[in-house]
Amino acid sequence: MKVFSKRVLFLLAVMGIWQLVYVSNVFPEIAFPSLVTVFQSLYNGFADGDLLKALGASFKHLLVGLSLALLIGTAVGVLLGKSRQADETAGMYLIALQSIPSIVWVPLSILIFGFTEFAVVFVVALGGTFVMALNVRSAIHNVPPQLVRAARTMGTNGLQLFYRVEIPSSVPYFMSGVRLAWAFSWRALMAGEFLSNGPGLGYSLRFAQDYAKMDQVIGIIIIIGVIGAVVDQLVFSKLERNVMRRWGLLKS
Amino acid sequence: MFLQVKGVGKAFDNDFEVFSDLDLSIQENQFVSLLGPSGCGKSTLLSMVAGLESVTEGTIELDQQQITKAGPDRGMVFQQPSLFPWLNVKENVMFPLKKKKGAEELAEHFLKMVHLSRFQESYTHELSGGMQQRVAIARALAMDPKVLLMDEPFGALDEQTRHILHEELMKIWQETQKTILFVTHSIQEAIKLSDRVVVMGTRPGRIIADFNIDLPRPRQRDDEEVIALEKKVMNLLEGEINKVLKEELSHESV
Repeated sequence: MKVFSKRVLFLLAVMGIWQLVYVSNVFPEIAFPSLVTVFQSLYNGFADGDLLKALGASFKHLLVGLSLALLIGTAVGVLLGKSRQADETAGMYLIALQSIPSIVWVPLSILIFGFTEFAVVFVVALGGTFVMALNVRSAIHNVPPQLVRAARTMGTNGLQLFYRVEIPSSVPYFMSGVRLAWAFSWRALMAGEFLSNGPGLGYSLRFAQDYAKMDQVIGIIIIIGVIGAVVDQLVFSKLERNVMRRWGLLKS
Repeated sequence: MFLQVKGVGKAFDNDFEVFSDLDLSIQENQFVSLLGPSGCGKSTLLSMVAGLESVTEGTIELDQQQITKAGPDRGMVFQQPSLFPWLNVKENVMFPLKKKKGAEELAEHFLKMVHLSRFQESYTHELSGGMQQRVAIARALAMDPKVLLMDEPFGALDEQTRHILHEELMKIWQETQKTILFVTHSIQEAIKLSDRVVVMGTRPGRIIADFNIDLPRPRQRDDEEVIALEKKVMNLLEGEINKVLKEELSHESV
């Protein structure tokens, strides 16, 4: 509770400074709106359903894109993890691809798929696929050889070894992969939507920019930050920690 | 003979030869220790019996069947417990039994034998090192192997725990009548536990002595005969250890 009150106090302090700067009139109203108008515009956005619609569209893009990323990433990761040939051939390129910021894929996606929602989904999927593949690959590479030896002395080989030892042993890395894929996909989603023709939260952000509505811009930034933090903390980090504890990788 | 090692040699890919032309026969129900300094190939030999290492030359036969790969007729206990962290204690012991009927009862039976009935539902990382090693022993026994291979199983444990596990192992051995091949570098441990101690030397790896130990059990550390035997083996090994040291030091000075 002490930590919680510290955080609330900090937030209140930031808001206080914000209002002070606003009242001092250093910046024009259009660049630095009052917090009251920011919350007003947030309230209006939710009340007339615009923001909810945008949120719904964004989550749809995210869900489809992230699912694709997890599926394809896992498949590629298992292939590279299991086959030394494949890893030596393509492993390095995967790292190169992972280092490309996802906004770079947006023009490519738009040229292929046009201004469609799938263009956004495609960028989201690319955003998560590589990091997922890299994590699954290291998951397989990091199966403790000692466990494999032990399993072999108990007559476990081939496919059985894969699903009775290698898969369960990979779960912690897999979970880290899922968390990172979500984080990268979430960022890719905003980049993709920002340059799309909507609907979506990123598109709403650009719309607000085009009409010089700073209160909306800040409101949407707050939503994006809150969702990112909440989903990471309440869903993925928690899931990952639970798995780590269960696998004995974390002292509870 | 029950377990027969015939003219066996082992060389690794880089042409490093660990040992060659090794012969060893072991009777059923015997407790045999392989004792030697590090680098003599005792663990390698054990891994070859387990089927985890390939045999470069010669053959190893168990119960008249040539060993070519790992299998559940040879249970192995490693220095590290090597338990599966995603399974609880009982599931770990059931691992080699797969979907066999009565697997649960069997697991419970062997967990009782190692005095871990209370911890069936615990996860392995909640147990101490000694307890984990007992789970590993129960797991190896659960698949009813013809021979139990133990690779310095108590090497990573503290002194007190090691003593307790020595006594448990003796009880288990008498109860199950398993053939046990036990690798160790501790002279005391070998003499305390075994019917027979095979002493190996190094560079090249070879068998330099083979003792039958007919002393009654439980054997006490301060027993005169035990001490006399320990001295005898120590003298044998001293030359080998000096050889290793000398070689390492001469590498250093080059």
